[in-house]
Amino acid sequence: MAEQIKILTPHANVPGIETFEVYKKNGGYAGVEKALKSMSPEDVVEEVKKSGVRGRGGAGFPMGMKWGFLAKPEGVPRYLVCNGDESEPGTFKDHYLMMKIPHLLIEGMIISSFALGANKSFIYVRGELMYVINILEKAIAEAKAAGYLGKNILGTGYDLELIVQPGGGAYICGEETALLESLEGNRGNPRNKPPFPAVKGLYQCPTVVNNVESISTTPWIIMNGGEEYAKIGVGRSTGTKLISASGHVKNPGVYEIELGLSVEEFIYSDQYLGGIRDGHELKAVVAGGSSVPILPKELILKTAAGEPRLMSYESLADGGFQTGTMLGSGGFIAMDETTCIVRNTWNFTRFYRHESCGQCSPCREGTGWMEKVLHRLEHGKGRAEDIDLLVDVAKKIEGNTICPLGDAAAWPVGSAIRHFRDEFEWHVKYPRESSQPDAVYMGQLSTVNA
Amino acid sequence: MTETVAFTPERLEKVKEIIARYPEGKQKSALLPILHLAQAQFGWLSEETMEYVASLLDLQAVEVFEVATFYTMFHLEPVGKHVIEYCRTGPCVNMGGEKVFAHLKDKLGVEVGQTTDDGLFTVKEVECLAACGWGPCFQIREKYYMHLNDQKVDEIIDDLRKAN
Repeated sequence: MAEQIKILTPHANVPGIETFEVYKKNGGYAGVEKALKSMSPEDVVEEVKKSGVRGRGGAGFPMGMKWGFLAKPEGVPRYLVCNGDESEPGTFKDHYLMMKIPHLLIEGMIISSFALGANKSFIYVRGELMYVINILEKAIAEAKAAGYLGKNILGTGYDLELIVQPGGGAYICGEETALLESLEGNRGNPRNKPPFPAVKGLYQCPTVVNNVESISTTPWIIMNGGEEYAKIGVGRSTGTKLISASGHVKNPGVYEIELGLSVEEFIYSDQYLGGIRDGHELKAVVAGGSSVPILPKELILKTAAGEPRLMSYESLADGGFQTGTMLGSGGFIAMDETTCIVRNTWNFTRFYRHESCGQCSPCREGTGWMEKVLHRLEHGKGRAEDIDLLVDVAKKIEGNTICPLGDAAAWPVGSAIRHFRDEFEWHVKYPRESSQPDAVYMGQLSTVNA
Repeated sequence: MTETVAFTPERLEKVKEIIARYPEGKQKSALLPILHLAQAQFGWLSEETMEYVASLLDLQAVEVFEVATFYTMFHLEPVGKHVIEYCRTGPCVNMGGEKVFAHLKDKLGVEVGQTTDDGLFTVKEVECLAACGWGPCFQIREKYYMHLNDQKVDEIIDDLRKAN
């Protein structure tokens, strides 16, 4: 079994790594020393471009290219905002990273802010993680005391203030323009784009918004070079990726994998998830957080062309959304045969209905309609026409909202019906009695898929 | 604004420190952090509290109302001493969350949104706590409780009861 390269987490289990002292002893802050003392901001941007690293929040847009778009008008402040509002069901890798190795993110923020010419940067963390916010604030104070933050960092003349901002509990604030609205003290309603944040972002100033994991890659890239980073991974999916795994697997948790690892090895190898819990079999996987299309076992293990499917941006999307899915945020949810797909889809749709900001009618109304229809299907009151009605509503939401929450709500429904239509039809044909235990109903249902 | 709503001197210092973080004229950015502080001190956000926060930030009260009502972490009605916020979303459900949280509600004798008669516990549902691999989970104030089962729930509740 190949030894996997660790870029973000080689020291994650070192006792005391959350402290400045232990982090520095393990090579921490060398990236800041190198960048600020021997490189220009343009050099740093160039290395990040060479690395090919793609945004790890879900969209997968090349980070260096995003940095290159930043407008640089004279006399106007520029901002870097770190998106730590991780709220998508199935995704908890940023939570892990900030909790375990807060100084890695802080080091990345210093390097990235220097590259972008920002003197005041923000880490926006979902408010539920107040204990993580406390960890970050303590780490920032340590870094400041050691001269890595504040005025004239390391005597280089560069100033940086780093602020941790708590959210208030709203998934939509993970969308970058909603996050900026929230950071300005408003409701988290996404903005129309253009103008993009690179031109008019925080306080209408040029702003880059990057994910926690993305920013945390920069110390390694600076110390080892963008070209070395680009050698890791597969094709345009360079580097490593944190995958947060949950569901019916033996070893749920957060794993750093080299992109290009096969999905089969990730699920069944003892080095990773260790297979499905004893006595059960894999039924379906949501590979990149609850918003990405669900795939049945056969399609998550093989591509449309019959090749082994890989943990990479390209391989997971192979064949488009008809058969493929997305790497997304790396929120890997495995489900065994005891999982009712209709119930699971209803659960996720409740989430999107609840979290819709209500700004766009297709999302505000459509998520509510889908939730109601799924509720009656799951509760034994489904109608034959409900299945096509769900497909129709999902199509009317998809692509018709100003932010991706509409797509995020539509894809789980569309893909579940595409791949598990027989289960939806079963719910219509054999209405589930409210008192019926899950196991009994799923046992009957298993004859459908046999 | 009533006379009874006011931050402690220590919290008022913290408020000033928070406002100073942001560029001049952008003090509204301090709204969410200060609402969290207010909730920590007063337990929930009454109209008087929101008016008080508005006055500290030189905002209209309605600007605070519209923000406080948008975000789910803010309690707009009185709550118990311990607010138990459990995750009702897919990954926790897959790990048996529904049964564990049914047990929690049975033990406390309340439904979602209700407070126990002794005023100690309020139960709320939340959408995903970003602890999916460690579920089922709930949060009480700043503490996460993970890998929950009926027995662990009993221990946590009993310990909190004893502490009062």
